[in-house]
Amino acid sequence: MGDEPTPPGDLGTETDGGVRTYTVRLELVDEPGELLAALEPIAENGGNLMSIHHERGNITPRGHIPVEVDLGCPPDRFDDIVAALRENGINVIQAGAERYGEEISVVLVGHLIETDLSDTLLAIENETSAAVLDLSLSAPQGTGDTSSARVRLAIDSGRSEAVFETIRSVSEEKDLTVVEPLLGGDA
Amino acid sequence: MRLAILGAGDVGRSVADLAGEYGHEVVALADSTNAVIDDDGIDVEGALQRKRSGEPVGVDDPDDVFEGEYDVLVEATPTTLGDAEPGFSHVERALEADRHVVLANKGPVAERYDELRALEDESAGSIRFEATVGGAIPVLSTIEDETPQAVTAVRGVLNGTANFILTRMAAEGLDYDHVLAEAQDLGVAEADPTFDVDGTDAALKFVILANVLSDGGFALEDADVEGIQNIPGSALNLAAEDGRTIRLIGEATREGVRVAPRLVPQNGPLAVTGTRNIVQIETRHAGSLHSSGRGAGGPETATAVLSDVSRLADR
Repeated sequence: MGDEPTPPGDLGTETDGGVRTYTVRLELVDEPGELLAALEPIAENGGNLMSIHHERGNITPRGHIPVEVDLGCPPDRFDDIVAALRENGINVIQAGAERYGEEISVVLVGHLIETDLSDTLLAIENETSAAVLDLSLSAPQGTGDTSSARVRLAIDSGRSEAVFETIRSVSEEKDLTVVEPLLGGDA
Repeated sequence: MRLAILGAGDVGRSVADLAGEYGHEVVALADSTNAVIDDDGIDVEGALQRKRSGEPVGVDDPDDVFEGEYDVLVEATPTTLGDAEPGFSHVERALEADRHVVLANKGPVAERYDELRALEDESAGSIRFEATVGGAIPVLSTIEDETPQAVTAVRGVLNGTANFILTRMAAEGLDYDHVLAEAQDLGVAEADPTFDVDGTDAALKFVILANVLSDGGFALEDADVEGIQNIPGSALNLAAEDGRTIRLIGEATREGVRVAPRLVPQNGPLAVTGTRNIVQIETRHAGSLHSSGRGAGGPETATAVLSDVSRLADR
């Protein structure tokens, strides 16, 4: 979008003013005030909180609660935000070699309901260790006809090609059309 | 330069019409059945007038064009796939006679690039084909100036019809069939729009780009191609909720060619609207370059042909 070259492997969503969207995965102890303590450093360091996915039902192997936070900030602020989280005693989960994951959106088109959408999403999540962040479904002709779904996934950095391959093969089995995002260049 | 123009469709006629303005002379103009040939320069206005009123363009045999006194053969016959004939043979005959060739016909450059380059190596003439990719937009000359080795990828929208359909679907919330019918009424889509909407036309252009980047080795069958026929209005609406839209995007790298509907930022450079085309040239040393403009049309494409002719004249 701007003239800044996109660093390889850094595929956060660029929006106006060079602000990017990042997903941070945290582990919180199940105690009052923990979530607030996790969110304050984000705002204090110039991050814009976009969404919080608080998986209360899930427990990490260490007995903590996993939380995914989407935030927007200029790329040079991101390291400060992660450092501030750690200073506040928040456990920032590492994703592969990276501290944070990428986010990708795809649109699926086809007989989504008849081909069991939840099974489709589970297959994508299980085979790629991706997490579905949100889902938006549009079935203007009713659920028996062609419908579209936009799926936002959190994935480990640098794994996008593997994730797309899985999505393609799952979709091929169910005769779905996949509209992938264009990740190369500064599209 | 003295031009012999094969093909009297929109592009061939526009080249004939504009050649004088660019300082060149037309010595032959031929369609598939008739030709007008004059080594001292044909009466372009008269020939175009005859063509417009449905008469033969001239009384000469198209085959005799190759015997005439021309410097550059302009190959503007319709694009054909596979063996890319008769375009390929036209180029072959001109190169064997040591003449230059400028192509607006994508077939030979997409399907038989290596053979064309081999013929060129044996000839005193050269081939150029700016008009085959992106109409009026200077794509190949930009890559040539950057040097192909320094270009890592070319991405973009190179089919105006598909882009028009996706733009209208997104703007009006209409479905594919409805917008396609509208595009046909407006003359934006042809009666048989198959090659535009199934991605073939865009794929040919990106195959040509991959050939330029890799110095050959690609044909249409090597491209991974998906069209826009399966994209419903609801998919565009969902994309818009997320600040994105869907465009038929082509990508050419040294690894291969891919054309498919892709999610791109709604306000990003690749989300051009209407019949507009855009290419993004990713370079090693100079970041990304974007050129956008009219990717089709007679006069637009003719300007690309004539700029190739001028580059040949400058050698």
